[in-house]
Amino acid sequence: MRILLFIAAFLSLGLGRAEAEERFITLASTTSTEQSGLFSSLLPAFRKDSGIEVRVVAVGTGQALRLGERGDADALLVHDRIGEDKFVAEGFGIDRRDVMYNDFVVVGPKADPAAIKGLTVAEAFRRIAAAQSPFTSRGDDSGTNRSELRVWKNIGIDVKTSSQPWYRELGAGMGPTLNTAAAMGAYALTDRGTWASFKNRQELVILVEGDKALFNPYGSILINPARHPGIKHTEAKTWHDWLTGPKGQSAIAAFKIDGEQLFFPQTR
Amino acid sequence: MHDLSTALSTAFAMAIGLDPQVLGIVRLSVQVSGGAVLLAAMLGLPLGALLALARFPGRGALVVALNACMGLPPVVVGLAVYLLLSRAGPLGELGLLFTPSAMVMAQTVLVLPIVAALARQVVADLWEEYGEQLRSLGVPRLTVVATLLWDGRFSLLTAILAGFGRAAAEVGAVMIVGGNISGVTRTMTTAIALETSKGDLPLALALGIILIALVTAVNAAVFLVGQTARRRMG
Repeated sequence: MRILLFIAAFLSLGLGRAEAEERFITLASTTSTEQSGLFSSLLPAFRKDSGIEVRVVAVGTGQALRLGERGDADALLVHDRIGEDKFVAEGFGIDRRDVMYNDFVVVGPKADPAAIKGLTVAEAFRRIAAAQSPFTSRGDDSGTNRSELRVWKNIGIDVKTSSQPWYRELGAGMGPTLNTAAAMGAYALTDRGTWASFKNRQELVILVEGDKALFNPYGSILINPARHPGIKHTEAKTWHDWLTGPKGQSAIAAFKIDGEQLFFPQTR
Repeated sequence: MHDLSTALSTAFAMAIGLDPQVLGIVRLSVQVSGGAVLLAAMLGLPLGALLALARFPGRGALVVALNACMGLPPVVVGLAVYLLLSRAGPLGELGLLFTPSAMVMAQTVLVLPIVAALARQVVADLWEEYGEQLRSLGVPRLTVVATLLWDGRFSLLTAILAGFGRAAAEVGAVMIVGGNISGVTRTMTTAIALETSKGDLPLALALGIILIALVTAVNAAVFLVGQTARRRMG
């Protein structure tokens, strides 16, 4: 094993020489921000300003928080306010700041068998359950998944334990969940960003939007350097300040897909 | 049908246009999987040969274990290497997580059993054939290993190709330890997974076609080299 490591390390000299010369941080973030294309618009601008490269590992919010706990990221950009506050309270993260928000929408087949179009999300979910129409859930402990489960909980429907046949828990990212929903003609809760850049919609359309309960705020958190001295705190702080400062905020506002603004900077 | 034709034309356009982003991904895939196969061959061939020739208690169990490891689930290997390299893990200080080196390590673990197990079989068969002869000549153990490995080189090449196929095709391990970071640790397979997630199925399929073409090209090159060498040897 030790020999293997030596050879791996040796090999990494060849592979990683270019990396070593550059300043970079690792940002654990969510699939919704990555897959919407937001980062490919933000990161080059930040790099131009600071000379720092941001390497994004896009996972669900739950996994991003766990990467942060282990010190495997230098900063986080996630969306689960309750989980974020807990993360900071437990001492894993510091200096949580609001960055931007967008909203969730409920998508479903154009035919809308449960007749939810234009309702509030709570009423829509109630009708989906009553009609036993197929609903695809992320089931991956992501920010979106956590928000969805809160809606079910608030209307008193227990989807977790009673294993309803219409409720399909996929354990997948947002994109794969939408792929499945499109193939099955099922309803799903998705963030607007992923939906806007999603190409395989088939019969799916937006049915519920604009409900206050669908508000989806994103927060930036720095990993506590006292807990993980190895992390790149200084560079991460530069990113954190940039993202929540005027330059980052206007870059977020400027990001559009087909003329539609997907993320709204936090006004302060 | 429409998707397939779009995929084919996209793949063709990307290959012809030498799309720099795709080229970077292809290069990284070859480096990582190639590096892993190289390491696995350097360790696995002698290991397999020794296991074929040595006699010690528990050898049978070891052979079974090695053969079983050919079916190691990539996700599990990825997870184990992740825990090893995570900052909270034993090797965290090396800072190798989310780098190509981490991906090479994980794939080496996946490929090594394949190369070693197949090499053991090849060498064991050759030993059955030439063992008596070599023993009567009093050839030293290490020379026997080298001789048999050389003699079985064409079969061993196939073992190594099997390992390369495994490495080039797996997505579970590199996704976890590499993190699929754009421009840094994004390989063909993780890019395909990502495009599938985005619902861009023709692009995902196009990348898949390029990957298959790449693996075919490697196999064809090895086949030609083998043919030429065999012919020259008469």
